[in-house]
Amino acid sequence: MNVLTDNFSTFGDGFLGTVELTVYASLLALVLGFLMASFRVAPVGSFRAFGTVWVTVLRNTPLTLLFFAVLLGLPRFGLVLPFKVFAVLALGCYTSAFICEALRSGINTVPKGQGEAARSLGMSFGQTLSMVILPQAFRSVIAPVGSNLIALAKNSAIAGAFSVTELLGTYKTLNELGYNIIWTFVWIALGYLIITLAISAIFNILEQRWGVAR
Amino acid sequence: MKALAHDSTALYDIPGPKTVRRHKLYGVLSTLAVLALVAWILYLLFDTEQFTATKWSPFEYEGIQELLLRGLGNTLKAFAISAVLALALGGLLAMGRLSDHRPVRWVATLLVEFFRAMPVLVMIFFVFVALKVQPLPALVVGLTLYNGSVLAEVFRSGVNSMERGQKEAAYALGMRKTQVMSHVLVPQALRAMLPAIISQLVVALKDTSLGFLITYEEFLHAGKLIASNLDYDLPFIPVVMVISPIYIGMCMLLSWFAQWVSKRQRRSPKTEAAEVAPAEPGTLLPGR
Repeated sequence: MNVLTDNFSTFGDGFLGTVELTVYASLLALVLGFLMASFRVAPVGSFRAFGTVWVTVLRNTPLTLLFFAVLLGLPRFGLVLPFKVFAVLALGCYTSAFICEALRSGINTVPKGQGEAARSLGMSFGQTLSMVILPQAFRSVIAPVGSNLIALAKNSAIAGAFSVTELLGTYKTLNELGYNIIWTFVWIALGYLIITLAISAIFNILEQRWGVAR
Repeated sequence: MKALAHDSTALYDIPGPKTVRRHKLYGVLSTLAVLALVAWILYLLFDTEQFTATKWSPFEYEGIQELLLRGLGNTLKAFAISAVLALALGGLLAMGRLSDHRPVRWVATLLVEFFRAMPVLVMIFFVFVALKVQPLPALVVGLTLYNGSVLAEVFRSGVNSMERGQKEAAYALGMRKTQVMSHVLVPQALRAMLPAIISQLVVALKDTSLGFLITYEEFLHAGKLIASNLDYDLPFIPVVMVISPIYIGMCMLLSWFAQWVSKRQRRSPKTEAAEVAPAEPGTLLPGR
């Protein structure tokens, strides 16, 4: 029990590290995912191709491989950034592929007539997408986007193994200090549960407020 | 109406001559931008001397090729074992969740929700560090628990998505619950679930790379060994350039197989009735 009370600051740092990684990577993933989703439905063929390649490659890349390549590879091109930034980049890009697919399937749930009506009013592609389709698609993608962000929070544990300060990595310090390893993991697990349940609660509220009534 | 829609929502008109020209311009510009990016990356690669013969020479040696192949073999071994075990565990947990006995249902639900909510890596590290298990079993246990519980959800929703008449008819014929399940519902559900199951196996295949973090001698581990070799001037980038296409290619093949199966089934009248959503997105964690 005193594993937690004695090392509150270690756990706290780890917990905040995971929260920080999750928040920044989520923002990046949402922005990139949104961009890629618009690319994938764009009228210009090369945009569509780019979006498709982005999604197909990233969805089929093991995240550990991505971390491996980004965190250890990019510095060899003289691009030296803190590991935390690299971790956010890797996590964000990886999750963006899943967010993009969630958005795209959300776009597909909007009845065809909506797009047709918008076009017959003379709206351009950008207007149709941003003023008619996406606001409606948004309501049906809340849940899938939420579970992708939960997956992101869970995946951020990989960053710990690449010596970024986050929750899972705290076990190393505490193990060296000789604390009971089982209890250490119990608290780590609890930390992750708090984060994932918090995200899920946020998205449940969003869903209740704006989700499509079923 | 032909050029309109590559999918079901029509977002733009068939372009007229002016728009076609504009789109072509966008196309050319964006292609140029991507080409410039590729050229810049190539320049960086050459500039930091990634294409020197020393850095690529390790791949000529049989010993190193064998090391890579052994790594790949270990990756596939971990995948195969955890896939089989995860399918078994998934079946078991799904049976539990569909049970008529409330305590069984509760236990199964608790297990499924807990293992889905935990990061796989935490489970793997727990088994590896706290229970002091060898890397391969630790990896397999982690992957099995996580994918097993996700698959349990797939199985459950698959069985539940069967038309109610099937179940009712089977009961009306005097079948017991076990018979209804094993003779009527599961065989039909399996067919509909197949794409979702294979997609989950892709996740398992990708996650075998987590073994790298607990020093399991898999594909990435082999790559790391080669990359940290001073004799070849630390060929990290060449190693990544060799390993990534193989790894990503394997996962892509499996994903495409899932898509192919799902497309084939959409055409098949046998599975028309049921649609099973892929496992990951959709439901938020607690309850439903």
